[in-house]
Amino acid sequence: MKFAVIVFPGSNCDLDMYHAVKDELGAEAEYVWHEETSLAGFDGVLLPGGFSYGDYLRTGAIARFSPIMNAVKQAAEEGKPVLGVCNGFQILLEAGLLPGAMLRNEKLKFICAPVKLVVENTGTPFTAAYDDGQEITIPVAHGEGNYFCDEATLKQLKDNKQIVFTYKNNINGSVANIAGITNKAGNVLGMMPHPERAVDQLLGSKDGLALFQSILSHWREKNAITS
Amino acid sequence: MYEVKVFVTLKEAVLDPQGSAVKNSLHHLGYEGVEDVRIGKVLTLRIDSSADKVEAVVQEMCEKLLANTVIEDYRYEIEEVVTS
Repeated sequence: MKFAVIVFPGSNCDLDMYHAVKDELGAEAEYVWHEETSLAGFDGVLLPGGFSYGDYLRTGAIARFSPIMNAVKQAAEEGKPVLGVCNGFQILLEAGLLPGAMLRNEKLKFICAPVKLVVENTGTPFTAAYDDGQEITIPVAHGEGNYFCDEATLKQLKDNKQIVFTYKNNINGSVANIAGITNKAGNVLGMMPHPERAVDQLLGSKDGLALFQSILSHWREKNAITS
Repeated sequence: MYEVKVFVTLKEAVLDPQGSAVKNSLHHLGYEGVEDVRIGKVLTLRIDSSADKVEAVVQEMCEKLLANTVIEDYRYEIEEVVTS
């Protein structure tokens, strides 16, 4: 399986993302500069965290118009797994690939800490290796992770089981403790916590590795690859 | 040539933590009559367009990029300016 790690000007978690899938997961990975227009040959797309375009105007608002985003949309429509972490999540929201928007953290503080998450849905390509209701520890690092959507959208998210991760204790004011959601089809996941920073016990937690293992297992099953 | 001011603010239904912090600060300064503070942004644009098109263009830009209508409202003022 080959992953594309999209690099925007201002991305700063691209190396961690590459390391997670290449070295810890053992899959193939390549950096793709945001000015590229094709994702042909890639089986999965990773949008890393950071501060694309310096968070100017709104987080993710300018990156969503990068040339590569048409190819990201196409990959999503084709059913390929697309994962956006932190700023990557914010870009997916601005691009309309996921519903809702991000606000400043309720207490206006940049939060950088390991947090407890609850796995709410294991029926996605990203979470099959977890147990339902499992508590995992994954670090967050954001100033704008206060997820907002209106009540009608929240109802849809709940009815379609699109809420995948919640904070055990609401750290930033997010609606319904939301830490990560998928699109309706389930192949696009956005989350504020950083699974790519939790892939080695040396760094405090490897609870994030199962997310990448889930993606790989799902791809192998889908393509009937047994090895 | 047109000079356009676009005002972007959080929707009424969306909590504005920055505005709340500023309101509290104003109360500490003794301005207890301040009931609400909302923080927004102003974008000033100069646009070369025609009278019949300028408003449609501004609205399109607001919808596409300048405001995120999930959380923000926008309004604009359009003024024709004479270029020398």
